[in-house]
Amino acid sequence: MSDNFVEVQGLRKFFNVGNNRILKAVNDISFSIKQGETLGLVGESGCGKSTAGRTIIRLYEPTAGSVTVDGVEVTKLSKSKMKAQRRNMQMIFQDPFASLNPRMTILDIIGEALDIHGLAGSRAERKRRVEELLELVGLNAEHASRFPHEFSGGQRQRIGITRALAVEPKFIICDEPISALDVSIQAQVINLLMDLQKKMDLTYLFVAHDLSMVKYMSDRVAVMYLGKIVEIAKSEDLYANPQHPYTTALLSAIPVPDIEDEGRKERIVLQGDLPSPINPPSGCPFRTRCPAATERCAQEAPELRETRPGHLAACHYA
Amino acid sequence: MRPILEVKDLSVSFDVFGGEVQAIRGVNFTVNEGEAVAIVGESGSGKSVTAQTVMRLIATPPGRIKNGSIMFNGRDLLSLSEKEMRKVRGNEIGMIFQDPMTSLNPTMTIGSQITEGLVKHQKLSHSAAKTRAIELLKMVGIPNPEVRLKQYPHNFSGGMRQRVMIAIALACNPALLIADEPTTALDVTIQAQIMELMKDLQKQMNTSIILITHDLGVVADVCDRVIVMYAGQVVETGTIKEIFRNPQHPYTKGLLKSLPRLNQSKDEPLIPIHGTPPDLIKPPQGCGFCSRCEDAMRICATEAPEVTTISETQMVRCWLQDPRAAKGAGMGKEESA
Ligand SMILES: Nc1ncnc2c1ncn2[C@@H]1O[C@H](COP(=O)(O)OP(=O)(O)OP(=O)(O)O)[C@@H](O)[C@H]1O
Ligand SMILES: Nc1ncnc2c1ncn2[C@@H]1O[C@H](COP(=O)(O)OP(=O)(O)OP(=O)(O)O)[C@@H](O)[C@H]1O
Ligand SMILES: [Mg+2]
Ligand SMILES: [Mg+2]
Repeated sequence: MSDNFVEVQGLRKFFNVGNNRILKAVNDISFSIKQGETLGLVGESGCGKSTAGRTIIRLYEPTAGSVTVDGVEVTKLSKSKMKAQRRNMQMIFQDPFASLNPRMTILDIIGEALDIHGLAGSRAERKRRVEELLELVGLNAEHASRFPHEFSGGQRQRIGITRALAVEPKFIICDEPISALDVSIQAQVINLLMDLQKKMDLTYLFVAHDLSMVKYMSDRVAVMYLGKIVEIAKSEDLYANPQHPYTTALLSAIPVPDIEDEGRKERIVLQGDLPSPINPPSGCPFRTRCPAATERCAQEAPELRETRPGHLAACHYA
Repeated sequence: MRPILEVKDLSVSFDVFGGEVQAIRGVNFTVNEGEAVAIVGESGSGKSVTAQTVMRLIATPPGRIKNGSIMFNGRDLLSLSEKEMRKVRGNEIGMIFQDPMTSLNPTMTIGSQITEGLVKHQKLSHSAAKTRAIELLKMVGIPNPEVRLKQYPHNFSGGMRQRVMIAIALACNPALLIADEPTTALDVTIQAQIMELMKDLQKQMNTSIILITHDLGVVADVCDRVIVMYAGQVVETGTIKEIFRNPQHPYTKGLLKSLPRLNQSKDEPLIPIHGTPPDLIKPPQGCGFCSRCEDAMRICATEAPEVTTISETQMVRCWLQDPRAAKGAGMGKEESA
């Protein structure tokens, strides 16, 4: 057995969108994450990041491929065994407003998660545990009796995090946990996630489109394009030496929140939009927008291969 | 530099069930010809209300313009009739809204949505308007404009719809373009396209731009000056150099510090701003940022700070910078509790 805590092999998730059309949202992705590590997942809207996350945790049934978490092949588990396994793997959702039931108190929202896995004995114990968790994320015990609308965005996202943590998971998928928050409070949530990771040796898959935040959070970063991983590397290495032309364009497009110091990189402006995942281009999925595409790119799909030590890219010319 | 827009002492409230929401409270700013000005600030700080008031798009009721003037090219927009104002909106000021999905008409072709204003306000013939529409779609980077004109909004992706919105806003060569978070819903690569487009416009047509955004990266890239809003007031303005290199207001400083630098190591925690903005039904008596400010003094809780001039271009509303407070006079930093 390897020391990988999470292992994703050849994962595919296709949606049937009617008229015999198949949308290949996640199309053969493989990666692994070590215990206590954060893997960042970035890419354009619609490239399949959330679908990948949801399929890994089996909110969606995979079309093909396998997911192993902590030595258990979760893709093979029956529905009931899967329910128990969910205790190990949790997801924090993008929208802190939509993901909390407005008619439940915080005590019940978090308590429910404990009940599902039979983690709370008596009512008093349940309450004590919820209060403990609230304090862990920087809220206080009195907050337990309140309703979601009484909290700010940053606080609501903390409640979402508390709910995920309640069952003591080892692996958490964070799907854009800060995009809905004001810049001034994003830092609170990020600091909290990193703090908890250290304390509890958590493993994260961190989905986001803010590339500077991803770099800051992640040990390694995977770049997705049209359902495929096109590059994966240690985060410093990816940002310093991008191998895939899509990554290069993505990085050059990050608006830097500072005024120009001389010698700033020229921005590469990609033409056109993301092609449809129902009708992807032949060969390399990026070739229709790639400034360096050749005849070969239209005919042959590039494999994800090691182009530098520990650095994989799917480009014929990397 | 000639000012094209001068907003003075503007206050707007909304009468709602719970009381009067004082959305903006005495806002002052100027936009010069050919200048790109950013408005940044916390969610709910009044950025969109300010922009919509300039366009006279606030529904009254529940909205109410309580005070102020908006001079645009020598006329007070607040004194114009709705008919005169419609001409200004079609011809002289273009606006791009926060949500591109809801601001296009789903039942009209893209072509008719662009030509509508050209025929109505600029009195172009239908064929001349169509030629201009094709030109505009080309300019905003939409391929095959002849075909695209006949399509409907749902045939376009989010990024393309936003570019159509820009084409409509630009159709009449407005002197001022107001863009409310034009790239927030878009990806970095599409965002880059839109930002390049705005910079081109400013350069080639000398268009003045007001850009509302959360993204300080976009500000640094596109704008000349920045207006920082907090709890319905302008708390700081300055050139981008002043704001990024020498911010004076604790909120501006906090905002800049809360972002990760690209070379920031994982062991260095980010610096958040704790707390939440005040309730605008009961705006605080003193400074709106007081409850979140680490350097707050006694006076900050009781008296609203006035504007302090830092340079010809930089101004701040903060007691910490006020010469009267700095000199002491019993208002200095709180020594004991
Ligand atoms: N339940 C579904 N049924 C059909 N298609 C779906 C479904 N969920 C997602 N898709 C499609 O799969 C593709 C990938 O979507 P996904 O939500 O994973 O993208 P994403 O990378 O998370 O984008 P974003 O950054 O906008 O959140 C999109 O084309 C989307 O329309
Ligand atoms: N129609 C309305 N009725 C009542 N209150 C309103 C209305 N429109 C705006 N407000 C209030 O006015 C204040 C300013 O809102 P505004 O939309 O200008 O914020 P903003 O700075 O644009 O925020 P965001 O960054 O979230 O877009 C908020 O407190 C808001 O709730
Ligand atoms: Mg998503
Ligand atoms: Mg707004």
